[in-house]
Amino acid sequence: MTAPTTRIVEVRAGILKKNDELARALRQRFEASGTFVVNLVSSPGTGKTAFLERTLRELLDRGVRVAALVGDLETDNDAQRLARSGAPARQINTHGRCHLEAEMIDSFLGEWALDDLDVLFIENVGNLVCPASYDLGEALRVAMLSVTEGEDKPLKYPTMFNSADVAVITKIDLAEACEFDHAAARASIESVRPGMEVVDVSARRGTGMDTWYALLETRRAVWRTQHDLDMIASPLPVTAGAISAP
Amino acid sequence: MHELSIAHGIVEVVTEAARAAGANSVTAVHLRIGKLAGVEAGALEFSYELVTERTMLAGSRLVIEELPVVIYCATCRANQELPGVQRFRCPSCDTPSGEIRQGRELEVASIEIGDAAVVPA
Repeated sequence: MTAPTTRIVEVRAGILKKNDELARALRQRFEASGTFVVNLVSSPGTGKTAFLERTLRELLDRGVRVAALVGDLETDNDAQRLARSGAPARQINTHGRCHLEAEMIDSFLGEWALDDLDVLFIENVGNLVCPASYDLGEALRVAMLSVTEGEDKPLKYPTMFNSADVAVITKIDLAEACEFDHAAARASIESVRPGMEVVDVSARRGTGMDTWYALLETRRAVWRTQHDLDMIASPLPVTAGAISAP
Repeated sequence: MHELSIAHGIVEVVTEAARAAGANSVTAVHLRIGKLAGVEAGALEFSYELVTERTMLAGSRLVIEELPVVIYCATCRANQELPGVQRFRCPSCDTPSGEIRQGRELEVASIEIGDAAVVPA
């Protein structure tokens, strides 16, 4: 009997291969149905749910077919809040896991008819670290921070801000009370992600929400063109200020 | 802390590769992790030990190669390595760049495996 030998084998495989493959499959499904998927990431307490509740309600009013999936460790409080908007909303409980994964999106989509959805929002678990690594098949990743959190947050969590497409600064109505240094916040975003578009909003007052909808409309139009979807259905009626019938 | 999930991912990828290579044990796993991958090496090493127990990776060495971020600078027309992850500007000419050429890697590069003892016929 010979002694066991050691060999080196090249592997070169992504550790999150399974998630990435599933995310790719989801992305293809979303492209086939023309559903623009937006992944919202932030710390706990930034105001993702308030922002999303208002977004869902106002987009519905404008005739956009929207729905939401929301991730939390426990409780379905957020899905209940989001459902008040009138849009379909589903809660994903991760039971301790600090992020959403593609597999959870896949199973919680269930029997939802994607063909009837223009925009699907995914509210990730409140966490500025872990969700950065997990592709959910989204077309747009939105990193959010509130004026109460400190202007250097993007510098502290560069991985997340760098992985995002757009930044949203929330609770802008409290900026003055918090002595929020707006230029400093923008500079730290620009430092970790040069050229990233930034929108200031107050979900409570409605400030900046029209700018946000216009941004969504533009990004979705670009996405549709990239995937040759304009032959399938009409574009979103979300032009800022215009309330249009479905 | 998602390093536990990452460690599970490593076990999956490595087990598949090791089996395909006809191994019965894994003695070392070499990873390439970019600075923008969002993975903390210390937390991963800790999780790795826990997760590999009672698998064919048990007791194996985890070797992590950390890769710095490399951006493409349009002004210098060259790839440039960044000293950190907080300032995406060319270190030589200060031009901002969002074009990332390296730094998001999260992969198993190679494994060292022990072959089943060969019994001569």
